[in-house]
Amino acid sequence: MYRGQSGMWAWLLHRVAGLGVLLFLLVHIVDISLLGFGPNVYNEGISLFGTTIVRIISLALIAAVLYHAFNGIRIMLVDFVPWCVRYQRAMFWGVLVVTIICFLPMGYFVVAPIFGINPGNMASGM
Amino acid sequence: MRFSTGYGARPAGGSGLETFSWYFMRMSAIGLFFLAILHLIFNHVTTDVSCTSYQLIAVRYANPYWRVYDWLLLTLALLHGMNGLRVVIDDYVRSQAWRVRIESTLALITLAFFMIGTVTLITFQPVAGNLGLHCLK
Repeated sequence: MYRGQSGMWAWLLHRVAGLGVLLFLLVHIVDISLLGFGPNVYNEGISLFGTTIVRIISLALIAAVLYHAFNGIRIMLVDFVPWCVRYQRAMFWGVLVVTIICFLPMGYFVVAPIFGINPGNMASGM
Repeated sequence: MRFSTGYGARPAGGSGLETFSWYFMRMSAIGLFFLAILHLIFNHVTTDVSCTSYQLIAVRYANPYWRVYDWLLLTLALLHGMNGLRVVIDDYVRSQAWRVRIESTLALITLAFFMIGTVTLITFQPVAGNLGLHCLK
């Protein structure tokens, strides 16, 4: 096992998160295409997303998207703003912190309904 | 395609496809940052996922700009993701012949999913009559 430092883990996590999101995307394109089969078929498919186990799995998806996005910004800064390279390690910890901070409220909204808590977004539609 | 960085030197890799791919990942990422995160917020935070029903979609897609938004997200995410997968394959598949076979298949899969998504977005018209519940379960 290569004893890389935080940079190696940043890269690995970025890659794993990206592949995970891509895999979800392919499934997602198919499940949305169910719209073509009318409300009964589509709603049947969508109701899966409201189940407890899928809500928990979607936490992983949200974390993956957020981490991949914020680490991606770190990568772009290192690529395009020369003096940022010096701070790449610090930026990685910043990425983790920001990911967690953004994840917590989103995770709350996803998980609260499992416990019967209505976080206030059930009646609205946009 | 070359972008001026203002630092003078040309990208060391030259003006090939790989260099374009490198820039594309970063340019598409900028768009995706907003498109994807807002997409998550609209479908999990401002509205609970159990309320993203056929009826909700019918209301949303009455406004064509929602379709444009989703189509942009579809296109950029698919290309960004599949290009990323191509890079991963380049890293791990040693044989040139196998890389060609696998990545050609990847291109076809990309095209297929792009077509499915585009057709869904363009052709969706809510059925007449009962659209089902606003919130499911």
